[in-house]
Amino acid sequence: MRARFDNLEGAAPAPDGAREVCPPAPWKASAAVELAEVVANRAVNSEYRHLVLACGEVPLQAAPGQFFHLLCPQPPGEQPFLRRPMSVYGVDPARCQLEFLYKVTGAGTRGLDTLKPGGRLDILGPLGLGFRLNARWRHIVVVGRGAGLATLAPLAKAAQANGTLVTAILSARRPDLLVSGELFRRHGAEVVTVTDSELTSSPSNVERLLRQLIAEDHCEAFFTCGSSRLMQVQQRLAREFGLPGQIALEQQMACGLGLCYCCVRDFNVDGEIVSRRVCCDGPVFDLIEALA
Amino acid sequence: MSRALVDLSVAIGGVQLRNPVMPASGTFAEGLEKVVDPRRLGALVTKTTTRERRSGNTLPRVVERPGGLINSIGIPSQGVADFIATSLPHYLSYDTPLVLSISAPTAEGFASLAAELTVPGVAAIEANISCPNIEEDGKAFAMHAGSTEKVTRALRAATMLPLWVKLTPNTGDITEVALAAETAGADAVVVANTFLAMAIDLRTFRPCLGNVMGGLSGPAIKPIVLRQVFQCARVIGIPVVGCGGISTAEDAIEYMLAGASAVQVGTATFIQPAAMTTIIDGLEQFCVDRGISRVTELVRGMVIEDGEPDRPLLDSLA
Repeated sequence: MRARFDNLEGAAPAPDGAREVCPPAPWKASAAVELAEVVANRAVNSEYRHLVLACGEVPLQAAPGQFFHLLCPQPPGEQPFLRRPMSVYGVDPARCQLEFLYKVTGAGTRGLDTLKPGGRLDILGPLGLGFRLNARWRHIVVVGRGAGLATLAPLAKAAQANGTLVTAILSARRPDLLVSGELFRRHGAEVVTVTDSELTSSPSNVERLLRQLIAEDHCEAFFTCGSSRLMQVQQRLAREFGLPGQIALEQQMACGLGLCYCCVRDFNVDGEIVSRRVCCDGPVFDLIEALA
Repeated sequence: MSRALVDLSVAIGGVQLRNPVMPASGTFAEGLEKVVDPRRLGALVTKTTTRERRSGNTLPRVVERPGGLINSIGIPSQGVADFIATSLPHYLSYDTPLVLSISAPTAEGFASLAAELTVPGVAAIEANISCPNIEEDGKAFAMHAGSTEKVTRALRAATMLPLWVKLTPNTGDITEVALAAETAGADAVVVANTFLAMAIDLRTFRPCLGNVMGGLSGPAIKPIVLRQVFQCARVIGIPVVGCGGISTAEDAIEYMLAGASAVQVGTATFIQPAAMTTIIDGLEQFCVDRGISRVTELVRGMVIEDGEPDRPLLDSLA
């Protein structure tokens, strides 16, 4: 049998020609695995925590909408095995700091909640495709709800850098659970808050607000995360007025790198249902193509 | 002894590898190149390709459990035509042996797929006859010696490429299945795929996986697969590639001592994407520290004393 392979090698040599067609470029990591140092990990309200990490250069390249895959510490009595994806809340290159805003919901985030300043967190990233801002846009609208507000937050700074005005419609169950409002205001955005407790967060009310912004020519694109009902409102308006939009989607992940195909979602691409991986084909997708 | 003096190369069923560490099928794709240089690996093993395009199983496709995960991905595949047109040229651009994993519902299907993928530059075919997520109730060819022999024979007739056969741990006597693969012309066996498993959500009483059952992998299964590698390596003459819960260089060394000529790393990559290169470095360092000049010296290196071993005095154990 061994002789047969020798013959094969003689008869069919390695395709050197094919290799010359696409010479491998010198390899360079585009995402880093590193043990970042915890600078702060504080509660911002009854549900959300603000985690600040000191990290190296590669993580600081994170763009709005990208995420990190976090190897969360084990909380007492639980053994989270997989990493947890977490979208970037903020990057401060001058101070070499990376920020996350998370809600304590499961074993992973309960583990994150145990982190103390000076401790370490194993981070992998930045990963995925983030939001794409067009510098020609004069005015965009950001619509977020719940934990989606943290994902949308980095858009404020990026849009401001482009000279693009932002109106942010922020939705939550109660006013005290609204996060990111201050951050949007600091970067010059106009902030409108709607909540369930104030009976202002219904899709119909948000639609009314959006129609007003469109009428005032203040909405050249939609950016959204956190609510499928609000997504559907924006999809309808995007079709009606021919406006572009982007949506950040969540899905349970294993590898975070596009290897395992655990995090697929279906998309409607011109009438055809297409399966895509949230971790590497997203997590930011075309608004119109997303399915609830 | 310095690192440069350690020979990490191994030969697996007609394929020469620069080192014995490679990805387990299903856990390697282009995305890993963000973190790992593919030119450092012993081989590249692709996700399983099928003839037709497949979308995979219903979500959720993964659930974690202490020490591992259960997956029911269900082999999403772009289909062989698209694989040859788009993915194959990319993987061939690396100077690392390329092993193509394939699956089909019949022996004839395996054979025709292997024939179609017998193209210049491919180092070997790995026949995935052991995925628990394809057939109803987790059935797979590799559960039985007879079906393993039949499919391996068909594959052997269809390709001149080195043929690796990936076995399942979900069988009564894995050595019978390994012998069947060898008899039918396999050049190596990969031991093993995942363990058929399940998990139930206590809040909803629903299965945690959309497919109800899936395959368990990760450190939780390592001691069991290690035993199966040992059993297989004792009875067959072709090389055994160990695969099951390997996360560290120590795990890889343990597998080689049990009889594995090379190892595959899968689930560990999901936790530490650079796990394979870390294992290669650790393996090399271990050889340096122990004065081992060739990594192949580790293979089947487990020492079993004849008779009563010389027991150390109790106080020396304190």
